[in-house]
Amino acid sequence: MQSTSKNFKANSTKALADPNLQQALGKMKVGFVEKRAKARAALPEFDALRDQARDIKNHTLANIDYYLETYEAAVQKSGGVVHWARDAAEARQVVLDICAEEKAKSVTKGKSMVSEEIALNAALEAAGYEVVETDLGEYIIQIRGEAPSHIIAPAVHVLKEQVADDFRKKHLHLDPKRSLMERKELISEARGVLRQKYLDSDVGITGANFLIAETGTSVIVTNEGNGDLTQTLPRVHIVIASMEKIVPTLDDASAILRVLARSATGQEFSAYTTFSTGPKKAADPDGPEAYHVILLDNGRTEMLGTEFEDMLRCIRCGACMNHCPVYGSVGGHAYGWVYPGPMGAVLTPSFIGVAEGGHLPNASTFCGRCQDVCPMRIPLPKMMRAYRRKEFEAGLAPPAARFGLDIWGFVAKRPSLYRLATRMAIGLMGWRGRKEGRFKSLPLASGWTDHRDMAAPAGKTFQDMWDKRQGARSAKDLEREAAR
Amino acid sequence: MSSSSRDEILGKIRKARGRSGPIEGFERDRLDARLKSRPRGIIPQKARNTGAALVQDFISRAQGVEATVQDISALSEVPDAVATYLADHNLPAAVKMAPHADLAQIDWTQRPTLTVSEGRSFGQDKVSLTRAFAGIAETGTLMLLAGPEAPTTLNFLPEHHIVVLKRSEIVGAYEDAWDKLRDQVGPDGILSRVVNMITGPSRTGDIEQTIELGAHGPLGLHILVLAD
Repeated sequence: MQSTSKNFKANSTKALADPNLQQALGKMKVGFVEKRAKARAALPEFDALRDQARDIKNHTLANIDYYLETYEAAVQKSGGVVHWARDAAEARQVVLDICAEEKAKSVTKGKSMVSEEIALNAALEAAGYEVVETDLGEYIIQIRGEAPSHIIAPAVHVLKEQVADDFRKKHLHLDPKRSLMERKELISEARGVLRQKYLDSDVGITGANFLIAETGTSVIVTNEGNGDLTQTLPRVHIVIASMEKIVPTLDDASAILRVLARSATGQEFSAYTTFSTGPKKAADPDGPEAYHVILLDNGRTEMLGTEFEDMLRCIRCGACMNHCPVYGSVGGHAYGWVYPGPMGAVLTPSFIGVAEGGHLPNASTFCGRCQDVCPMRIPLPKMMRAYRRKEFEAGLAPPAARFGLDIWGFVAKRPSLYRLATRMAIGLMGWRGRKEGRFKSLPLASGWTDHRDMAAPAGKTFQDMWDKRQGARSAKDLEREAAR
Repeated sequence: MSSSSRDEILGKIRKARGRSGPIEGFERDRLDARLKSRPRGIIPQKARNTGAALVQDFISRAQGVEATVQDISALSEVPDAVATYLADHNLPAAVKMAPHADLAQIDWTQRPTLTVSEGRSFGQDKVSLTRAFAGIAETGTLMLLAGPEAPTTLNFLPEHHIVVLKRSEIVGAYEDAWDKLRDQVGPDGILSRVVNMITGPSRTGDIEQTIELGAHGPLGLHILVLAD
């Protein structure tokens, strides 16, 4: 997918002016935030489970070569094939080669963010395959020609009425006068249309929430059942997974599963958690004849041993974006690439470079909610700050910001000059704003005053007030000492 | 392509970890031991009941995710239970049954109008009847194994899924179900091709984040808890 992350500012201005998007985003608070809070409150061990989940992943990452090799051997033992892919192009080529070898015509897909990351659909379509997304949200955005705007709810930006319009345009074989007012009607229509697709398709592609070294197993966590149909009905099952999805044992996966659904949708457990190991065995009545796993690096090994390694613990629950005030205002598309929200602000520059994605970490109020809700305790604000620094060091910050920071730096390094400058500025602003109590516009600060008024300062600097307060306190202290 | 990619990826990992080759010696023994011993982490209190309370936990939590649950005291009650369920949901009197030894014992002659066939599904069946491997009380979750006696298609293609579960097969936590499975598979065994953990019927929140049942999998999940 072509990134527009560089244009975050323009993208978000557009998003803020889109009434449909704003209406859709307005539903997110009850949808995700409250449900997670309820699920958390219902499990007293939740925070201890988060610590444990973090520790399991840290242990795995510290020994990830051992676990990947163990996993590979176990997959081979079960009759599956493991392919290692350094980057997106290699991963796409592996899929294309398998499809060619199997003489496939059509491909159905379960939801996979890694397949978005490697832009798989476009490559498959260019090679002449029919590609059908089967997750309802993914199906909706595939029809609309859009990218997912949320990692677990790809069509969260779309309203019900828009889905109905899209279905009418796409499903021309159905009665044009049918009712599509209710969600149930839309879901039932998609169910009917997609059912035949699974049965007709040659290759089913899914992602993986976990890979288990102990048993050579891939795990998908879903609610709809489309992932299971995708990997059961076609002749070939291809799992595309990034390498950090590995965990040692079934027990470790279970431990992390306890925090995954609760953090994501607020469910205690999702409807379908499916553990797959190898192809159909001789006596099995159904299942795929071939089972392939693609292990993708695509920038992850570069993060190991750096300040961004913690990000590799991410289990893609989406809690950080659900709780992010910036995401909540502009939605996922403004971020311009595959991964939105706080996790995207770290992953985007990690995967496609600071030049392309380095601006995203600026889209943060540093309120820290993302870190507070992260089930894997990933220090997202710290990493965003690190990318801000990298952007500045690489000379990519906009000239005005650099110029302003240079001036501020010069003054801030000289305390007496800083005091003088702030006193003058605050004094002047306090005097100018004494009648209104606020400013409707200020030079160099239109970014603020275009959207809201700036309160007029009280006439004194923080430092002056602090000095006075400290002085007052020490006088009190003296009195107290005298009274003793 | 693949072998050089493999070497390069593993090489980059080892470089980042300050190693020149695979983990060896004491460290490797320690990791091997961890894989074999499979240390258990925190098991939540809610997964620790026993006896009748454990069964009740399973039932109430399965109902909490919109599964329906019915107690039966013998396999011979299955035909009545199935027929009643079909009638209640206005479904045709036909069931696709898993070729499982336990289910094969059921005498359907008392319900002559019911058509019972065995095997996998190709999408034409409205209702399936299968046999679970375990019930997990922690979240009201069923564990089903794929195998000659258990086609996976029966768990997902029909509109309604009826599952027979013995009371004695209900365990507390996910880890308990894995241990039960490992006991069956043996120390070096390979897992069933698919292990399905199923918690309520299929659902989606993909349209305006409002949960609706019956997305691509079954609209209804009915669990027959068999006393044993």
